[in-house]
Amino acid sequence: MTKPVLSVEALSALSARNGTYVLSDVSLTLQPGEVRGLVGESGAGKSTIAKAVLGILPSTIRIAGGWIRFEGDDLLTARPSVLRNLLGRDITLIPQDPQTALNPARRIGAQLTDGLRLKLGMNAASARARAFQLMDEVQIRDPARVFDSFPHQLSGGMRQRILIAQAFAPNPKLVIADEPTTALDVTVQKEILRLVRRMQEAHGTAVIFVTHDLGVVAKICDSVTLLYSGHVIEQGATADLIERPRHAYTRALIAAGPRYDRPGQGLQPVPERVFADLRKEIGQRETADV
Amino acid sequence: MSDILLEARGIEVSYGGGRSLLGPLKPALRVLHGVDIVVKRGETIGIVGESGSGKTTLGRALLKLVPISSGSIRFDGRDISALSDEAMRPVRRRMQMIFQDPMASLNPRQSIRTILTAPLFLHGLASSRREADEQAAAILARVSLPETVLDRSAHELSGGQRQRIGIARAALLKPDFVLADEIVSGLDVSTQAMALTLLKDLSREMGLSVAFISHDLSVIRAVCDRVYVMRLGRIEEEGPSASLFEQPRSDYTKLLLDAIPLPDIDPGWLARGQDSTMKRGERA
Repeated sequence: MTKPVLSVEALSALSARNGTYVLSDVSLTLQPGEVRGLVGESGAGKSTIAKAVLGILPSTIRIAGGWIRFEGDDLLTARPSVLRNLLGRDITLIPQDPQTALNPARRIGAQLTDGLRLKLGMNAASARARAFQLMDEVQIRDPARVFDSFPHQLSGGMRQRILIAQAFAPNPKLVIADEPTTALDVTVQKEILRLVRRMQEAHGTAVIFVTHDLGVVAKICDSVTLLYSGHVIEQGATADLIERPRHAYTRALIAAGPRYDRPGQGLQPVPERVFADLRKEIGQRETADV
Repeated sequence: MSDILLEARGIEVSYGGGRSLLGPLKPALRVLHGVDIVVKRGETIGIVGESGSGKTTLGRALLKLVPISSGSIRFDGRDISALSDEAMRPVRRRMQMIFQDPMASLNPRQSIRTILTAPLFLHGLASSRREADEQAAAILARVSLPETVLDRSAHELSGGQRQRIGIARAALLKPDFVLADEIVSGLDVSTQAMALTLLKDLSREMGLSVAFISHDLSVIRAVCDRVYVMRLGRIEEEGPSASLFEQPRSDYTKLLLDAIPLPDIDPGWLARGQDSTMKRGERA
């Protein structure tokens, strides 16, 4: 058995405002090169987990217990200098919104080379060469023009390619992709999904893919963790969860989504009974924790 | 009475253009290139397309919310394209709109009561406070919201509740036609299913015609009788839902359908259609 890249163990987090759990006893393990989907409805805690791993939780959320081990070392208790070396080099982010993630006032080239110079200590010439190599990897056909462009001169899909190039630039061991295709058209989304998968395979990188879309999970994730209200409801191999869901909530969620190949599907909300059972189950788990 | 409620022919819309102060003449950007569209009584049509396809502009043009530079719009047998704002007012009650983001479209300073009842007074559908309140209470019951929300404001409600207020606000005026522009795009699947069911039931009960705009073909399939696929300001394909989804004729419709990630295990999906989508990817 190889050593996991990431292992989240019994992670709990509280809202500082009202003291409720936003994450409760979350555990998940990621092997090198594995693509894991973190999926759930809004408020499920999927982004909170991603932010906890990246150490960018807002001050309104406080870790209440557990460990986040990266290659065995706990990130929650690591010294800032250690974290500074890991984040942006071994662990990187593909952000959600390609419109706001890039600095509108600086050219793409400067933004691509920043990380390479800062995190990898490259000089200007080698950072520039590496940036062109990366743009080729993410299939940007006219790199010279893009390098000299400002973000507003590029399409949403093109900007997302730049952000993917940035994320994979330092050859990270773990990339966190936070809903990177939510704002994109479906045809562009498909290109971006293909690209993330290809980059991840080429670099042997593990990926945490945060999404609300079980369809996206089915298409690019090896494994999946389904969350509801801060709790892991079901996790395992993607094929198992999609084709043989064990939990009633998972089944209801799959059935609630509309599908163009099945007329009439998409009009049955998750039954109130399923939510009631789910809340009961969660309540019991939280009492058992105390 | 014709079975056609709304008929638009040769619709062209341009944005911008004209002469800026002392500046040079700027060319207008044409976003709709002669679009024909028909909505029958009691029918729900879908308008689907990617960003920039012109679907939102088309919807707004049908309601005369953006000026058209060419073409005609007939509503219930009458040409409304040249009507003045004044003459449009009685027609406006009959053509309502449900907006994409209820947080942005519902006035945050107004109570739900004001949001629901002000249009009733404006269009003369209520003559007293009590009458208006009764109608508001009835529609709230119909959209399964408690009467207590009347004294709340929009930000105190959940996204799904706000969207039901948006639907209630449109339905309250007993319109003949409703334009629903991306009304479920920010919602979770379960909330989305509730909103879609509500819209579908209401349109059946009230005999409404609906134009349902969405980028999501799966959502369109769930609620629409007939579909228009738009691309770059033109209608790419039109047809009844069953045939359009089961036997799409246009390559573009096929491309759109195959790009949708369905929750099925399909290892070949990611590589499929690589060449056709690559060409688009090169465009900056």
